Amino acid sequence: MLAERHQPCNGNLQINQQEVHKIIDLFDCKRSNLIQILHQLQNVYGFLPIEVLMQVSKKMDVPLSEVTGVVSFYSFFSTQPQGRHTIRVCLGTACYVRGGKKIIEKVQELLQVDLGGTTEDQRFTFEIARCIGACGLAPAVMIDNEVYRQVNSNKLKSILAKYE
Amino acid sequence: MINCTINNKPIRVEKNTTIIEACKNYGIYIPSLCNLDKICNFGTCRMCVVEVEKAKTLQAACVTAVQEGMVIKTNTLKVQKMRKVLYELLLSDHKQQCLSCSRNMTCELQALGRTLGIKESRFNNNESHRKSEVSISITRDMDKCILCRRCISLCNEVQGVGILHAQNRGFDTIISAADEFDLSQTDCIYCGQCTTVCPVGALMETDATEVVKQALNNPNIHTVVQVAPAIRVAIGEEFGYPAGTPVTGKLFSALRDLGFNDIFDTNFAADLTVIEEGTEFLGRIKNAILKGQNQLPMVTSCSPGWIKYCEHNFPDHLHHLSSCKSPHMMLGSLVKSYYANKINVDPRSMFVVSVMPCTAKKFEITRDEMSIDDLHNVDAVLTTRELAALIKEAGIDFTRLPESEADNPLGFSSGAADIFGVTGGVMEAALRTAYELITSRELPFDHLHLKQIEGFDPIKEASITITDPLPAFSYLNNQTLRIAVASGAKNAEVLMKQIKEGTSPYHFIEIMGCPGGCINGGGQPRSKDPLTAQKRLEGLFAEDHRKSIRKSHNNTFVNELYEAFLINPNSHVAHEFLHTHYVRRGKFNEFLND
Ligand code: SF4
Ligand code: SF4
Ligand code: SF4
Ligand code: FES
Ligand code: FES
Repeated sequence: MLAERHQPCNGNLQINQQEVHKIIDLFDCKRSNLIQILHQLQNVYGFLPIEVLMQVSKKMDVPLSEVTGVVSFYSFFSTQPQGRHTIRVCLGTACYVRGGKKIIEKVQELLQVDLGGTTEDQRFTFEIARCIGACGLAPAVMIDNEVYRQVNSNKLKSILAKYE
Repeated sequence: MINCTINNKPIRVEKNTTIIEACKNYGIYIPSLCNLDKICNFGTCRMCVVEVEKAKTLQAACVTAVQEGMVIKTNTLKVQKMRKVLYELLLSDHKQQCLSCSRNMTCELQALGRTLGIKESRFNNNESHRKSEVSISITRDMDKCILCRRCISLCNEVQGVGILHAQNRGFDTIISAADEFDLSQTDCIYCGQCTTVCPVGALMETDATEVVKQALNNPNIHTVVQVAPAIRVAIGEEFGYPAGTPVTGKLFSALRDLGFNDIFDTNFAADLTVIEEGTEFLGRIKNAILKGQNQLPMVTSCSPGWIKYCEHNFPDHLHHLSSCKSPHMMLGSLVKSYYANKINVDPRSMFVVSVMPCTAKKFEITRDEMSIDDLHNVDAVLTTRELAALIKEAGIDFTRLPESEADNPLGFSSGAADIFGVTGGVMEAALRTAYELITSRELPFDHLHLKQIEGFDPIKEASITITDPLPAFSYLNNQTLRIAVASGAKNAEVLMKQIKEGTSPYHFIEIMGCPGGCINGGGQPRSKDPLTAQKRLEGLFAEDHRKSIRKSHNNTFVNELYEAFLINPNSHVAHEFLHTHYVRRGKFNEFLND
């Protein structure tokens, strides 16, 4: 199950319009800079809520559908609030064969979070990776920039405990 | 000029000609599921692959320009094999339901399978399931979408509305509104242009044939039907007539055979619109000149897609829109009041069907403003395509039908009404009447000479100077009225921006939501011939010339209606039944989110 998508909004979330405009102007409000602009905005807000994308669309005169099209195409953009840490369970070939799926189930059980979602306490965002270069010691899990090799259910519990 | 060889034949083409165009000019067929002449050039389907000597791989003919000395082969075994594999891959991700699909027999994917001689489909059972939607006007069955992206081109490049784009990627790709919202959650104007180019059954009008059949088969319901001007020169195409053939007489006979109790003509209401809108315009001019009121330019309001566009994008300038309902809404409203009373039938037992070239009209009839005492002015809208389907289903041989006329009193019309279906037509019809009201002389020319505005091909303008008016209009003496005409939301935007910025030089602007006007509406028969719209236009002008009465104010039935019911143009009664108001909407959806 993928995490629920947010609903269309009628402007409830408060976004500082001037701040968004300032970032867009840093990149000359140019359509060809859309990706950089979105990147910068994600750095500021942590994710790209639809309210921000609406501001981008309006200010840059680019259809909202095109903006969300770009955001949903690149996996490094997120429209959901992110946890303080990101856990990526590898499902590349080697890890898949060596039980990556089991790890996924275990993470879901331990953290009570759907794939692509974030835990209620904002501690973890849960994603899948496709090979993180640790095939020799599969299955692998990556938390933020740290790679954990030969992970199993027991190890997983103590690894997670390290993160606040 | 460039020389090349296609299938061993030497061929000369202009510079920058694509291989597919070159082949077309020489009668060589290249399969294609995504390319649309000058409109869609994404090159996504790859069905058009050809062999080009010295190129490492097969080339897509729709995005490859012919080069000097190119040697092209369009029908080698390698090409054939590749096309088949590509086709089978398309099928592997396609909800194959041909027998129960509304595009059965008119589907381009299906037809191509036959052309390519597909006899097997090796990679089945891999279908992705994507979100589908039945909105008020448009039905999206995304499991049938082949991701050709034609609809994106239409919605963005042609219409400039920008609702549809590809979302996500890989197997999750879906063509939809922002963030996979339903169309009904967005500022989609329901123009239906996307449905006219979809090669498969992924984008369709939302069905109204079932409710119409229910009504026709209910003996307690009095059914009334009306047809828009643009239907009569287009529906013939569904029965094998060349584009633009007027089949008005047969159309009325078909409706009679389908069992409608009364057969009226939206043209009648078009004549009425001319008088109401013309009067409104003269009133606004007078207020502007004598009282300095600023409600000019006045913008026409016949096109519900255009109206919705304006409500979303120019919510602060809605007072520029004429308050006239669109003609079919006027007629519906009259049927359930004036006419119901006349024939002594309870309007609650009436069912009014409009046959329209338009999908936005399906939305329009549900607007709150379009009912009186909780009774909808119009109960169902059929597109041209849907009516053709109903006629076929009923087993009516259209080509052998006799000619007949619409019923009176709401079926008679002048030639001015016919040209409502083409861009510039409403303006011309209105001027024929307004000029004569002001001067008591006929318009001094037969057709409006609309000049293209430099830089904006699709927008046209004209001006007309009033001399020697009747005493009542003396304030108009030597005034030059400037008018502009545009079709397609993208072009309308240019004129609206001028209004917003206070720089509009015009007094009267005609806007239709679809490019070319209703003849090219989102509910019209699909056609890949770029000349179709032009032929339909010529058909409507021929209808206009055929009529003995060519000016709306000479329609005797309209004049009778005023005497018996409406009293005067723009009277209190007229306002109650024939006029409306508009709703401010947000840029991205129904909410005002600015
Ligand atoms: S879209 Fe075409 S191929 Fe697909 S089910 Fe409908 S008719 Fe068949
Ligand atoms: S109906 Fe018109 S505005 Fe809506 S998606 Fe289709 S082309 Fe775009
Ligand atoms: S909906 Fe139709 S026109 Fe749009 S991409 Fe899919 S198949 Fe093509
Ligand atoms: S497959 Fe998991 S690290 Fe390579
Ligand atoms: S027609 Fe050339 S890629 Fe589709």
